[in-house]
Amino acid sequence: MCNAKDYLINETAWCPGCGNFAIREALAAALAELELPHHQVLLCSGIGQAAKMPHYIKVNGFNGLHGRALPPAIGARVANTSLKVIVESGDGDTYGEGGNHFIHNIRRNPDIAHFVHNNQIYGLTKGQASPTSETGMKTKVQTAGNILPPFNPLSTALVMGAGFMARCFSGEKDHLKETMKQAIQFPGYALIDILQPCVSFNKLNTYGWYKERVYHPENHDPQNWQAAMELARQWGDEIPLGIFYNVPHETFESHFPTLRGEPLATRPFNPADLSSLQDEFL
Amino acid sequence: MNILIGGAAGQGMETIAQLLGKALVRTGYGVLSAKDYMSRVRGGHNFTRLRIGRKTPWTADGPINLLVALNEEAYQIHSADLADNGRIIFDPEEFTPENKNDNQVAVQLEKLAKDAGNKIMANTVAVGATLALLGLQTTETEELLTETFGKELAGKNILALKAGHQEAGKQCETCLTLPDKQERGKQLFLDGNSTLGMAALASGCRFLSAYPMTPSTGIMTYLAGKQDSHDVVVEQAEDEIAAINMALGASFTGARAMTCTSGGGFALMVEGLSLAGMTETPLVIALAMRPGPATGLPTRTEQGDLEFALHGGHGEFPRAILSATHAEDAFYRLNKAFDLAEKYQTPVIFLSDQDFGDTARSIPPFDFSKLCYRRHLVSEDNLKKPYQRYRITENGISPRALPGQFAGETVLADSDEHDENGNIIEDAETRTRMVRKRMKKTALLAAEMDEPKITGEKSGDILLIGWGSTYGALQEARQLLSKTGQQVTHLHFADLWPLRCAQIKSLFPRFKQRICVENNATGQFAALLRRETGLKVDREILKFNGRPFMASEIVREVQKDV
Repeated sequence: MCNAKDYLINETAWCPGCGNFAIREALAAALAELELPHHQVLLCSGIGQAAKMPHYIKVNGFNGLHGRALPPAIGARVANTSLKVIVESGDGDTYGEGGNHFIHNIRRNPDIAHFVHNNQIYGLTKGQASPTSETGMKTKVQTAGNILPPFNPLSTALVMGAGFMARCFSGEKDHLKETMKQAIQFPGYALIDILQPCVSFNKLNTYGWYKERVYHPENHDPQNWQAAMELARQWGDEIPLGIFYNVPHETFESHFPTLRGEPLATRPFNPADLSSLQDEFL
Repeated sequence: MNILIGGAAGQGMETIAQLLGKALVRTGYGVLSAKDYMSRVRGGHNFTRLRIGRKTPWTADGPINLLVALNEEAYQIHSADLADNGRIIFDPEEFTPENKNDNQVAVQLEKLAKDAGNKIMANTVAVGATLALLGLQTTETEELLTETFGKELAGKNILALKAGHQEAGKQCETCLTLPDKQERGKQLFLDGNSTLGMAALASGCRFLSAYPMTPSTGIMTYLAGKQDSHDVVVEQAEDEIAAINMALGASFTGARAMTCTSGGGFALMVEGLSLAGMTETPLVIALAMRPGPATGLPTRTEQGDLEFALHGGHGEFPRAILSATHAEDAFYRLNKAFDLAEKYQTPVIFLSDQDFGDTARSIPPFDFSKLCYRRHLVSEDNLKKPYQRYRITENGISPRALPGQFAGETVLADSDEHDENGNIIEDAETRTRMVRKRMKKTALLAAEMDEPKITGEKSGDILLIGWGSTYGALQEARQLLSKTGQQVTHLHFADLWPLRCAQIKSLFPRFKQRICVENNATGQFAALLRRETGLKVDREILKFNGRPFMASEIVREVQKDV
């Protein structure tokens, strides 16, 4: 029915070998396999290399401001609950500039799948430390090496009460696609932190570096919060991949009775019907 | 007739003013109530002024005929402003006024409330006492209490009300003379922020995201209270940046959306304002001004953010700025803001301030059938496939479709410069075409702006120029000045940008003196006028102490060197 190629449009502006290519292909395949029609999906992004995704995938798109990928997605969900809303952006956009939105939208738990391209570096501004850069990483700005410890998005998400969180690697496209499918179908906020090499600026976390370290833990129970936290915190010689936590809870949208039924966007309206609003002031 | 109810935050001045105001309106009087409060939850000195007239007053100007002093501080601050033969209601258990004289009406507010069931009803006792002094019965107020609290809870309140009425009546029944009543049918008694909230809801606004900020919070509170009964969702955002971006997302996918804030919040929003301009997403921003810079005076009023509303946001993009002059007009004008935002796919800023938002007046009911609701979306018949969000058209307005509206068609909005599809571009030619396309809307918006309202003759001695919430003070000032034999005309702007200039250009030379009256320190509107028309006013009357203009001050200033 749906073909992954139907979702791929335009030429990308990414560097040859960029991890973004595999993420784009995985997303197209996930959408195709879930048989989601182009016009019923909305892809929101901020600014950065990852954030260019709405230009390369044939669905609706809102390519907003740096750090502000999530808030328009929330508004969009409220206005039209029949849309599948996906947010894609980079580590700087999501965990740095948009940190406040990241934290509070986990609390809200809207039905949004959030795919973060985490390359541990700023690409579009040409190679400065990002919130997830390793301590000690030297850049043109962090000349003596990054002095800050890296932000851990997955343990933060867990502590904030995220119902779904996973780590993927762009070098494992099929696994990424399957995880994306689950995230998209998850009823609530679903975060995938996607490890993605930046071939131009991150000379430390390369394909080889990741391939030596990533593994799939056996017998992990994604309903076990403690075990999920242990996996989220594991980093270094061994980096686990997979869905660490998967426990749905009440979504943001479900708290508003008015959001049941026809989307707000398309409900008919006549101002004259509301004339009794003024009675309370008589 | 002026009544001032003063005390500490938390003593229920608001309840007294609301109850008394509504009762007086139902009895047939014109009523205005204006709040003066400090930025604190408990204590401090707060007061509400009620002014009662045959017609609805415009400002709370004039000496105090009745002071309801809920604590000693209120007595000390305001007793000097008492009119001749003015009265004071106080609780002798709270304090004893220094000068014992006949103008004092001692009512044991707290004790009578306690006797009626709960000392918290002291404010209801005060209402009863006030009614007695005004020579009014408690009937209307009893009805109001029943409507507000339900029959059961109202019982004790009615006891408290009657106790206050009786006690004060013994000492001084009908010792204050109310103005004549006027037959005028049912009247609303409501504040500016509720007016705007109601106008938004009745305009089809379905999503409000905001971060609470005085003096705009009342709009948010009004809409939040309607979530269970109407098709509206209110979300308290984590910050103003999120608030405006959420509203943009909702608008993009098809819900009429609004955000409200004050200057400091608007400062955080300007990045999103620019995004609305670039993505051509409809949005209404209610900007309720308070004195700045920075935190300024959080609970006071000023017209200090006109320049900010005009220039806020990086880059160049079309916008409209409308303002709240008085409730009868603002109700319909906010509706116009929603219509313009969707028609021209652009942000519209609606300027109000603390004075407008917190002042309640009695006014005739609104005509909801006059509100317009047009979505300005492309129809199936007019849809050109493939759909392009930013299609170049002759007038610069691209046909707007919503995501999901048409099977197989997608909608892409982009904050980068983009081509007709919404895809990022960097070439000079497309950039030029897109800027031209967007900026064409400024001329179209200009044609939608109302001319300023003229009160008075089209020539004369003095032309008083104002904008926004100073409307009432200027109306009153004009009336007072006209009594001195001067020919005074009041010209008032509600639609501020793009500025409509024809009217003022023709009026300007026909007056001996042109005076711009503004609630700010730099004469921002006069500067805008100069920039757009080359016209320079002769004088500026500026007030920036955080308080609204009173008509008498304007008169005094005008007469200074005439």
